[in-house]
Amino acid sequence: MIQKKFENAAKAVADIKDGATLLVGGFGGSGLPSHLVAALVEQGAKNLTVVSNNIGAVSDGVAALISNNQVRRIICSFPVGPHADELIERLQNGTIELEIVPQGTLAERIRAGGAGIPAFYTPTAAHTELGEGKETREFNDRLHLLEQAITGDYAFIKGHRADRWGNLVYNKTQRNFNPVMATAARITIAEVDEIVEVGEIDPEIIVTPSVFVHRLVQLEPQREGRVLVNE
Amino acid sequence: MSKDQQKVGWSKIELATRVAQDLEDGWFVNLGIGIPTLVADVIPEGREIILHSENGLLGLGPKPEPGEEDMDLVNAGKEPITLKPGGSFFSQSDSFAMIRGGHLDAAVLGAFQVSMYGDLASWKLPNTTLGRVGGAMDLTVGSKRIFLCMQHTSKGTPKIVEECTYPLTAPRCVDRIYTDLAVIDVTDDGLVVQELAPGVTFEYLQERTAAPLKNHANSILQEETLHIND
Repeated sequence: MIQKKFENAAKAVADIKDGATLLVGGFGGSGLPSHLVAALVEQGAKNLTVVSNNIGAVSDGVAALISNNQVRRIICSFPVGPHADELIERLQNGTIELEIVPQGTLAERIRAGGAGIPAFYTPTAAHTELGEGKETREFNDRLHLLEQAITGDYAFIKGHRADRWGNLVYNKTQRNFNPVMATAARITIAEVDEIVEVGEIDPEIIVTPSVFVHRLVQLEPQREGRVLVNE
Repeated sequence: MSKDQQKVGWSKIELATRVAQDLEDGWFVNLGIGIPTLVADVIPEGREIILHSENGLLGLGPKPEPGEEDMDLVNAGKEPITLKPGGSFFSQSDSFAMIRGGHLDAAVLGAFQVSMYGDLASWKLPNTTLGRVGGAMDLTVGSKRIFLCMQHTSKGTPKIVEECTYPLTAPRCVDRIYTDLAVIDVTDDGLVVQELAPGVTFEYLQERTAAPLKNHANSILQEETLHIND
């Protein structure tokens, strides 16, 4: 019988090793798998490459991993926010590398990674500082950049409801990067508010099919959801 | 509405209202962070304009009433918003397929600098460690129209210039510039002033603009009044 549920977040992240690449869902605090991130802070794996849209928006997201000196490289679109100071400090002393990627290119690089496409062309960021050094090609008289796919060893995602197989639905705009990141990691771990029996979620509304989800953690009822998005 | 004769230019909400007047019935429109966000609250009555938020929704509505905020329902600025009937949620992949695939009729964005050729600089200030690109480069490449909505100057320094000196978001992408002082089109013949805000003369505007302006507002100026409370 398929059983993807782990007893708690600590057990679900226990095998993450130093040097791993980690995709972290969420847009600011919305859809952020903050319990998995907190468990990884406890677990302590270092030299991580972290791919996540926002870095400094909330204190319990990727900013917590940075503060704890677990991150070597960041790939994101929006590193600015009230909790960006520790990132800036580490960029200045050279202990973290930062790659800023346009948000749509970031989403598409992850989608490509999940879909087995190694690279693709896009006009986004052509003729800009972010396109410097990239391979280019003209299509329809327009300059395009070759962008490489992103995959992760692990993805941390946040869902609203899962079934025992790992089929997922989300709540409103908490969806954001979570479905696409779920496709692009060797091991995708979802923290969810509720786990129900197989067959209880209408197949017409499943957003992330079970094939993409490997581990589930159910949040304790009193810790459900988040209150603060902008702190 | 009675007009204060001493008043120069539009307030932020008046500016947002002016932008909203030009959004057509049936358009799909993305609003950037900052003043553009205010446009959501001043969509003209009777017009169905479907607002896109890049974090993954169509059908963005006005700000919720105090106490009604839902932190799983936020806009691209991570502020709580509402969803209109007919609205939908989707992933980042779908959201940027809409943007990059050319499905949006217009994007209303902020700017640090814009050149007389429509080059936009909006993601990074010089001498800063961090840029913040978000969806700006995707929107400028993919949206059918790019409208800027911004203050005309930054602490007295013109933001409309001959050539951008800040890092570019995209070259040759801006169609129209709405500021607190004027509405200006970016054309093959350069920057053409279409409308001056209350109390603003062409000379006053040119003094605060670091690129040559052509005046098309003369012929229509004064007869037209902006009805903020329409």
